[in-house]
Amino acid sequence: MLLISCPWCGPRPENEFRYGGQAGLTRPAASADDATWSAYLYLRNNPKGRHQERWRHQPGCGRFFNCERDTVTDRISNTSKIGPR
Amino acid sequence: MTQPFRTAAGGRIDRSDRIQFSFDGRPLTGYAGDTLASALLANDVHLVGRSFKYHRPRGILSAGSEEPNALVTIDRGAGRITPNLRATSVELYDGLTARSQNRFPSLRFDFGALAGWAAPLLPPGFVYKSFMWPPSFWKRLYEPAIRAAAGLGRSPAEADPDQYQTRYAHCDILIIGGGAAGLAAALGASATGARVILCDEQAELGGGLLDEPNATIDGWPAPDWVREAIGTLNGSVTLLPRTTAFGWYPDNMIGLAERVTDHLADPGSHRPRERLWQVRAARVVLATGAIERPLVFPGNDRPGIMLAGAARTYLHRYGVTVGKRVVIATADDSAYRTATDLHAAGVAVAGIVDRRSAPDSEAVQAARALGIPIHRGMTISGTEGRLRVHSARLSDGTGLIPCDTILMSGGWTPSVHLFSQSRRALIFDSASGTWLPTEDAVGACAGVFDLGTCLRDGARAFGGETRSFAVLGIQAMTAGEPPVAAKPHRAAFVDFQNDVTTKDLAIATDEGFVSVEHVKRYTTTGMATDQGKTSNLNALTAIAALTGQGVEATGLTTFRPPYTPVTFGTLAGSVRGDLFAPIRVPPIATPGAVLENVGTWKRARCFPQANETIAAAVARECLAVRNDAGMLDASTLGKIAVEGPDAAAFLSRIYTGDFTDLASGQCRYGVLLGEDGFIRDDGIIARLAPDRFHVTTTTAGAAFVLHHMEDYLQTEFVGMRVWLTSVTEQWAVIAVQGPRAAEVLAPFLPDIDPGAMPPMSVRTGHIGDVAVVLLRVSFTGETGFEINLPPDHAQRVWDTLRQRDVTPFGTDAMHVLRAEKGYIMIGQETDGTVTPGDVGLGWTIRGADCIGKRSLSLPDLKRADRKQLVGLLPLDPTVVLEEGAQVTAAPSAWDVLSNASVRTRGALSVGHVTSSYHSPGLNRGFALALVAGGRSRIGLQLSVAAAGGDRPVTVTAPVFLEKPKDRLKAITFSSAQPLLPLAEQQAPVARACPAVELVTLAPVTRLSVRAGSAAGTAIGLALGVLMPTVPCRSVITRNRAALWLGPDEWLIVAPDSASELAALARQAAGEHPVSIIDVSQRSGGLEVAGPRAAWCLNAFCALDLDLHAFPVGMCTRTLLGAAEIVLWRIAPEVFHLDVARSLMPYVRACLEESRVEFVDVQAESGRSK
Ligand SMILES: [Zn+2]
Repeated sequence: MLLISCPWCGPRPENEFRYGGQAGLTRPAASADDATWSAYLYLRNNPKGRHQERWRHQPGCGRFFNCERDTVTDRISNTSKIGPR
Repeated sequence: MTQPFRTAAGGRIDRSDRIQFSFDGRPLTGYAGDTLASALLANDVHLVGRSFKYHRPRGILSAGSEEPNALVTIDRGAGRITPNLRATSVELYDGLTARSQNRFPSLRFDFGALAGWAAPLLPPGFVYKSFMWPPSFWKRLYEPAIRAAAGLGRSPAEADPDQYQTRYAHCDILIIGGGAAGLAAALGASATGARVILCDEQAELGGGLLDEPNATIDGWPAPDWVREAIGTLNGSVTLLPRTTAFGWYPDNMIGLAERVTDHLADPGSHRPRERLWQVRAARVVLATGAIERPLVFPGNDRPGIMLAGAARTYLHRYGVTVGKRVVIATADDSAYRTATDLHAAGVAVAGIVDRRSAPDSEAVQAARALGIPIHRGMTISGTEGRLRVHSARLSDGTGLIPCDTILMSGGWTPSVHLFSQSRRALIFDSASGTWLPTEDAVGACAGVFDLGTCLRDGARAFGGETRSFAVLGIQAMTAGEPPVAAKPHRAAFVDFQNDVTTKDLAIATDEGFVSVEHVKRYTTTGMATDQGKTSNLNALTAIAALTGQGVEATGLTTFRPPYTPVTFGTLAGSVRGDLFAPIRVPPIATPGAVLENVGTWKRARCFPQANETIAAAVARECLAVRNDAGMLDASTLGKIAVEGPDAAAFLSRIYTGDFTDLASGQCRYGVLLGEDGFIRDDGIIARLAPDRFHVTTTTAGAAFVLHHMEDYLQTEFVGMRVWLTSVTEQWAVIAVQGPRAAEVLAPFLPDIDPGAMPPMSVRTGHIGDVAVVLLRVSFTGETGFEINLPPDHAQRVWDTLRQRDVTPFGTDAMHVLRAEKGYIMIGQETDGTVTPGDVGLGWTIRGADCIGKRSLSLPDLKRADRKQLVGLLPLDPTVVLEEGAQVTAAPSAWDVLSNASVRTRGALSVGHVTSSYHSPGLNRGFALALVAGGRSRIGLQLSVAAAGGDRPVTVTAPVFLEKPKDRLKAITFSSAQPLLPLAEQQAPVARACPAVELVTLAPVTRLSVRAGSAAGTAIGLALGVLMPTVPCRSVITRNRAALWLGPDEWLIVAPDSASELAALARQAAGEHPVSIIDVSQRSGGLEVAGPRAAWCLNAFCALDLDLHAFPVGMCTRTLLGAAEIVLWRIAPEVFHLDVARSLMPYVRACLEESRVEFVDVQAESGRSK
């Protein structure tokens, strides 16, 4: 079980988290062309190594946050809050 | 004479405690402290098993968990038969019943041994080469035959009656291995004040020190030094004997398997058989020792051929001599110690055959001084003896040396399995020819074989001052020399358990396999249950010699968990039976109902009356709704409070539809899409006030919808002032549907006129004396109301309505009723590929840019031939189609030309049936289906595949019943009628257990406060309890508490009236947007208190509950097993758990299970008084 550091709550066991997919995607405006929109829907990075991801601490504080996961070692680092509310 | 090979004195067995056991039905005796192997050897039983492939007679090779040969079945009765246990690790207990394996009809005469004669016919890969054609033979003949011939023990057919437990633990330092280095490390670690766990797979801590009665450490005989060290460690270090560290998982999570009761004659009922520990360690120190290597020579597998170190262990630890006349074959000094010790015990040492040309050390000289013949520069070239070795042949051809035992030592291999599992690279040590860890290892695991150095290295593993130990009476040892490859020979075994010889390895390399990983898989060397603990380095050496690559370049194969086999029971732990998954029961009890699983809930399918079939009950319930009034427990529907100034705008993004123009008091149907445009869920959005919405979801979709909304709120529509709170369990829901719905409800409603409520409206008021939120919504096409009310009162409202002849109906009738109107059901008509347009809900998309809307204009989602929702009427009205069945059309000529599957099957699949029922109203079968271009096929005839032949159907619009006439009658108010009285609620009675008490807490007001920090401060001042700003901390002031649950989320726990407290908070917030929601009914409180409270919680909760890691006042949402809870420590030994109503039985059951040891121990001591 991975140990993941929630930016709010500190290190917690993996079963308190939900994977949230690749981080840093920008939702195109509705006026975007079909190719741009389809890429947003379906195209994701699949690196061997460092991958920017979103996770959510739920059950926990419920916050989504960004982090970096090494897809070779599964080590998760650089967790950071997503902009203040 | 019993136990003829037991020495007159010595060993760590208890000679006053004689133990009866049996092996293959033969009664034998041993002593307490024996292993099965040592007791068998004491009785001169060396032949204990047959090998896997050739059924060769095999004996006991080792004295530890590395044993490849001596696998036995232990029979403790039905369901308690454990196969493939190593006799060397099985502790003896009175009445132990052991059986040998892989033999028929008996161990001494085994038909399977004929395979040995056919050995030349069974080369590596013979399965792949021989059993290929014809393919149909594989399934019917080859595989069953191979499965019958292969395999070791048999698993029991009955359910396992034993209990298993799992627990999470945390420590600063985990030391794996309790030998000299491990104990010294524990002494050093405990002095630092760290939290330390020391585990060892053996029954007794001490490791190799227990084999050294003649050595002294600081003046103590080594075994006594162990006793003193344990005395020092007890209390400050968690000592876990009989506990195997079997796996190293990410982030220093180590899996330990503790065998709790397997060594007891009477395991009792209050303790688990085995316990899985999942230990998160800041640092792990490996003190796992080393394993002696066999020598590879022809005939090296006969019973009576053992490891030299094992013979010393049997002598010193168990008082057993392994034979009367031994020959020792070695490449290492350590075997000379075995020679001198056996000599001293009166065993004739017929000779030492040393591969080295000039062995010379203190140990060698000691053996030579005793006059033991030493054959230098020689090996054994063959052995004789069928069921027991009786002679050894020397490689110089000087003839046979008669003996009853051959002891071999090829040097020592450090146990680096766990280090390798941690994904760190090992380094090759050319002096010993072995691989070593680069860090975090002490003692023989690190390649150190000198006792004094092992102790010193262990003690300073954690810094601190260097301490030296005075070690006397033991010669300095080494790992020995690198192994030397033996010539290919068909009886020179490398892997005993999988019967792999040097010849097999040669065949593999001859056939072109070069990579060690490929040779391993082709020959199966190292792939048996022992994972090649004794064989890997010998195999590697042979492969390196055959390929000419060199040992280091050839490389080690990857080690994988588990280190030794772990039972399925241990891995499953408590997660079986009632605790396999939480079963959530709605708040309304419905005795007599037939239940079904919906998500994690149990819901009533139907309510059969006496002698009524399910079909008849469903038909009766449907007709009651169509003609009179029925009621459904809809409490499991997901409910989300969506509040804040931007709530309407937010919901307009989340659901199809525009909610900015929805007036307060109105409801609207919404469909929730994924960004891809496909339907994920649907529900009713009710506007209670300009900034307050009550949103329903499907039962199974509740958690997903909340997560989905939070995702967009937190990461996409950032800045919207909206808060989301699950109120699923805060409200029970009774759906009353039918033409008389308003009439039956009116007498109970003092402040709402249901008949005056327009369709799709919402009102707050009372039913009887209970505050309710009443929605006029319908999923049946009839007049319908959904009463949201506190769950504590739901039962009496339900029972009162039942007395008023409202017919209860279940989910089956609900499905039929909604399908008759063509209303879709998520998960029936939708499967993640269906758009609103596909199912005729395109009209719901209005106004703003909701999630998924952009995708609907992608070309594929606009195609005319998409599957569309239609109705199907079988031509034969008695037919009820199969759900999921293919809908087919007669192919056109073009289809036949272009589609191969059409040519072979003769029909074109155009869709599938999504829902199919018998309609009591229409008195016929009907179905909903998704059919390609379906709306253009209305009126046409298609076929639906069925078991008895295709059924012809007519395609219709997906509405089967006419719009009902408005049958609302004017209601004349009688005086308000009372509800049944509230039933007395009784908390479950917990068993007394001072170690850990479970107490149901009295009901209390809980408010969920969602606010920014300024409003939070204002509310805190008004309520007299400041909102904590530090994550996961609480503030208690007098009788009110505020718990931080999230950066803008607090839980207020107080004895006050919920509505008054909420009003006070709202008033304090003033102009600041806030969401304050009464969630008092949503959950219940449970107190877990006592010295073992944290221990019991850790059976199901993965958090570190040490007082330093989880101090008093800490609070957090977390998981207890599969249940989401709020865990709050209010005193060092007192935790409060906030548990959702429906999960309370599951959580209680988990905690009862976790404390079963303590409850029963208490009861037993009570009885003995
Ligand atoms: Zn958190």
